[in-house]
Amino acid sequence: MKIVVTIVGKDRVGIIAKVSGVLAENNVNILSVNQNIMDGFFNMVLIAEMQDSQVKLKELQDILHKKGDEMGLEIKVQHQEIFNAMHSI
Amino acid sequence: MITIDDIMETNRMITENKLDVRTITMGISLRDCAHPNIKNFCENIYDKITKSAEFLVKTGEDIEAEYGIPIIHKRISVTPIAIAAEACDTDTFVPVAETLDKAGKAVGVNFIGGFSALVEKGYTRGDHTLISSIPQALASTDIVCSSINLASTKAGINMDAVREMGEVVKRTAELTRDQQAIGCAKLVVFANAPGDNPFMAGAFHGVSEADKVVSVGVSGPGVVKHALEGLRGKDFTEVAETIKRTAFKITRVGQLVAREASKRLGVPFGIIDLSLAPTPAVGDSVANVIEEMGLESCGAPGTTAALALLNDAVKKGGLMASSHVGGLSGAFIPVSEDKGMIDAVNRGSLSIEKLEAMTCVCSVGLDMIAIEGDTSAATISGIIADEAAIGMINNKTTAVRVIPVPGKKVGDMVEYGGLLGYCPIVPVQNKFSSDAFIARGGRIPAPIRSLTN
Repeated sequence: MKIVVTIVGKDRVGIIAKVSGVLAENNVNILSVNQNIMDGFFNMVLIAEMQDSQVKLKELQDILHKKGDEMGLEIKVQHQEIFNAMHSI
Repeated sequence: MITIDDIMETNRMITENKLDVRTITMGISLRDCAHPNIKNFCENIYDKITKSAEFLVKTGEDIEAEYGIPIIHKRISVTPIAIAAEACDTDTFVPVAETLDKAGKAVGVNFIGGFSALVEKGYTRGDHTLISSIPQALASTDIVCSSINLASTKAGINMDAVREMGEVVKRTAELTRDQQAIGCAKLVVFANAPGDNPFMAGAFHGVSEADKVVSVGVSGPGVVKHALEGLRGKDFTEVAETIKRTAFKITRVGQLVAREASKRLGVPFGIIDLSLAPTPAVGDSVANVIEEMGLESCGAPGTTAALALLNDAVKKGGLMASSHVGGLSGAFIPVSEDKGMIDAVNRGSLSIEKLEAMTCVCSVGLDMIAIEGDTSAATISGIIADEAAIGMINNKTTAVRVIPVPGKKVGDMVEYGGLLGYCPIVPVQNKFSSDAFIARGGRIPAPIRSLTN
């Protein structure tokens, strides 16, 4: 199952490192990353594959939400299918 | 392959434009619960409902979390109780309503609909028992919704039921007067009611449905409004095309949620209701979509045309996105549940008469309209008869959900909270009597379907 992780918040050192660290620990494979800084705000959209992960989507969401709270970031984790449904026929 | 822009657009629709799935509604047949003893019947329906819908709320919450799309309500609709409970040897169905309330609360749903009767052509004993039980049933329950179908294009209008329902609405208001007549917010009178509608207060599980089905009602007026903001000054062809494209995207999300819910619950998928259902939140208003087309205030001349375009384009866009479409599909125009409508009433641009014209082209009818408490039963029946006539002649669903709030006058405000919202008392401008008209009773014959002028 592919997931989409979106991260928004004030820029600081180590955001990508921390988030990708969490994904690696849980055996979630990053497929693509798109990131930029706009007016000092960090924006990132990351697509990943979690078929080999030992955790469920809900658990990964909880872990990343907690990590987001620690870093003052809004981290959203969604099943990719909602975007496919809306944007492709 | 999806792009970053696609992802950002979807998430903007959800966070900024209030895109949500309004409801997952499980329809449950109670036809196999009949029993002459009302106590046994109540046990049967409690067991069937709680067993069938045991995982409905949890499933809805799981889908909401995984896909990141809010699912606002989880609801149940059941076989019209006048049919399911007809065999009971009793003169009141209030205990049945109380059982529905208990069962709904036990599984954690927001509403349970189906305290209903279908009387467009005539009454049975069960229909009489149900209708006379409505005021007390709505006063003694919290989440039970009631609906009566009293007209159809095939059968005409049952004017005895029209007369009786004016009185039932008044009596329901009286019995719930300490909560600003909230009972009337859970009571709707229909013409051409569909049996697969997932929206309240009119949801019931039609007699031709399967034993259990899952249906989904989508929403998203804020998304349509946002899409139209980029089209100011452009012609209506572009407006219609943009609404169609937006409705398609909204409905695809509804279809995904319905498919997942159906699979996880092991219950067949029923329909998607392609609806623009507003909420009282800022930016979630059908009135604001109409205003975005170039009208200073909803209710101004041109409003009915704007709503006609919107209603039609939503259906055209949504149809391709779902395998089965049904319910009330279209744009709802409730007053208390739509901040733009509330603002329009407050600035004097929307009356019940203009709303009646709008119901000729909207998805349903006069909806969530608080009126003065001293409005007579015959006047309410007159309003019901007019709506039923519009539905009967135009082969569409129409409905009336008005709330005559005891002690309230034009200029006062009533507040219900949550999705039911808040509402200024809407003036019924014509004060002349309908008494002798309503007192006649009988049936208005079914209309001719040719010579359509």
